[in-house]
Amino acid sequence: MSDPPDTVKPAIAHGLRLQWEPAQEAHVLLYPEGMVKLNGSAGAIMSRCDGVRTLAAIVADLEDSYGLTGLAADVRAFVALALQKRWLELRE
Amino acid sequence: MSSATQGGPPLKTSAGVGPPLWLLLELTYRCPLHCVFCYNPTDFARTGPELPTGDWLRVLREARALGAVQLGLSGGEPLVREDLEAIVAEAHGLGFYINLITSGVGLTRARIAALKAAGLDHIQLSFQDSTREMNDFLSSTRTFGLKAQVAALIREYGYPMVLNVVLHRLNIDHVGEILDMAEALGAQYVELANTQYYGWAWLNREQLLPSRAQLERAEAVTQRFRERIAGRMQIYFVVPDYFETRPKACMNGLGSVFLAIAPDGTAMPCHAARMLPGLELPSVRDADIRTIWYDSAAFNRFRGESWMKEPCRSCPERSKDFGGCRCQAYLLTGDPDNTDPVCELSPRHALVTAAVERAERAGHERPATGGAPREQVLIFRDHRTSIPVVTGDRASHR
Repeated sequence: MSDPPDTVKPAIAHGLRLQWEPAQEAHVLLYPEGMVKLNGSAGAIMSRCDGVRTLAAIVADLEDSYGLTGLAADVRAFVALALQKRWLELRE
Repeated sequence: MSSATQGGPPLKTSAGVGPPLWLLLELTYRCPLHCVFCYNPTDFARTGPELPTGDWLRVLREARALGAVQLGLSGGEPLVREDLEAIVAEAHGLGFYINLITSGVGLTRARIAALKAAGLDHIQLSFQDSTREMNDFLSSTRTFGLKAQVAALIREYGYPMVLNVVLHRLNIDHVGEILDMAEALGAQYVELANTQYYGWAWLNREQLLPSRAQLERAEAVTQRFRERIAGRMQIYFVVPDYFETRPKACMNGLGSVFLAIAPDGTAMPCHAARMLPGLELPSVRDADIRTIWYDSAAFNRFRGESWMKEPCRSCPERSKDFGGCRCQAYLLTGDPDNTDPVCELSPRHALVTAAVERAERAGHERPATGGAPREQVLIFRDHRTSIPVVTGDRASHR
């Protein structure tokens, strides 16, 4: 599938929930009768997908938060994967 | 449950015990249905009184503090409990993801509205009594009408329509009609779960186990339906493990991630574990969840690998399947430490293949000399028939 453009506003898919779990020291994505434990980068990206911020704004926030540059390609690839897995959905 | 997708440490190492991430509350054994394949204990009528609301709320708080996050509310029929909404509200406030597993009997508009407001995340609608409901559906009678109303309510309140149908010899040939029924109900996800042989299903195994030919036909019909429906409905077909050559990694190992609480407060490392001999299961009436999970003898009994016998003990796959299911090992061989006989490496594997062979014959066996057809007795789950579980290969003499 093609990569999402910078203007899309990704959000946690309907019926799913993302939350920080201290016992697992990780963000987990909860869905009907299952869960996925996310690694640090996946958690950092998913926790910014609020349906309000654009993909470009999420990249900028991540780069700002972690003092890094050039994250756009990696973030876009992860968002594409998460859309494919229906963890995320797009709000225009 | 998926584990980490992008690395991260395993939830349980040989050095430490992880938290009970999955909590299942069997709120009651009361149920309006009498399913022949129910996994509830066959002596459920002998169990003590149900926990009061306050104890269930305390269990939620204690388990959540340890890290439990997925919550199943089941039974029996959980809607029988009038405090279900209060339990859901407490669980939601604590941050659980809450799954209700229900037959839908009793799910009125008022109750689904209250459950939604309390924070219920998900509803799995089970076709518990699928033989009768199947007939009702084919003849358009009242029970199907009720189920259709419940399905419409579930959709109206913004829940994904998730349907679970238990398959067995008596209904597996109707899998095409069952899928049509699921489509008519607007299901988005359908789990076609072949019966697992515990509790009432174990008593009725000889009547419920399908033949391999039935299984293959049902899988082919399911595949054709999948192609026709083209992604509008996701269908999971769960093969009965009697037809496998390796056992399932039951509960990811007992005492690893799963904690179930029975209606009377008995804490169990698996919902069927009550049957295991010599396992003194603790009660939440006497101890807190932390003590039960980490310190009780019952929850430590099958952790690690030291309890294993051969061929598991020296098997390279022991860390993958944990020797299979302890309850199945006990029911079939009389010893819960034995290798699950589903495994073809088990010296008792013939117990499983013999049951499958009897199922093959049952489909086309005719009396040789004109006698009466063999009587087949199904035992329906109710208080009158609730008896102690029968162990060993009880059916082999038939």
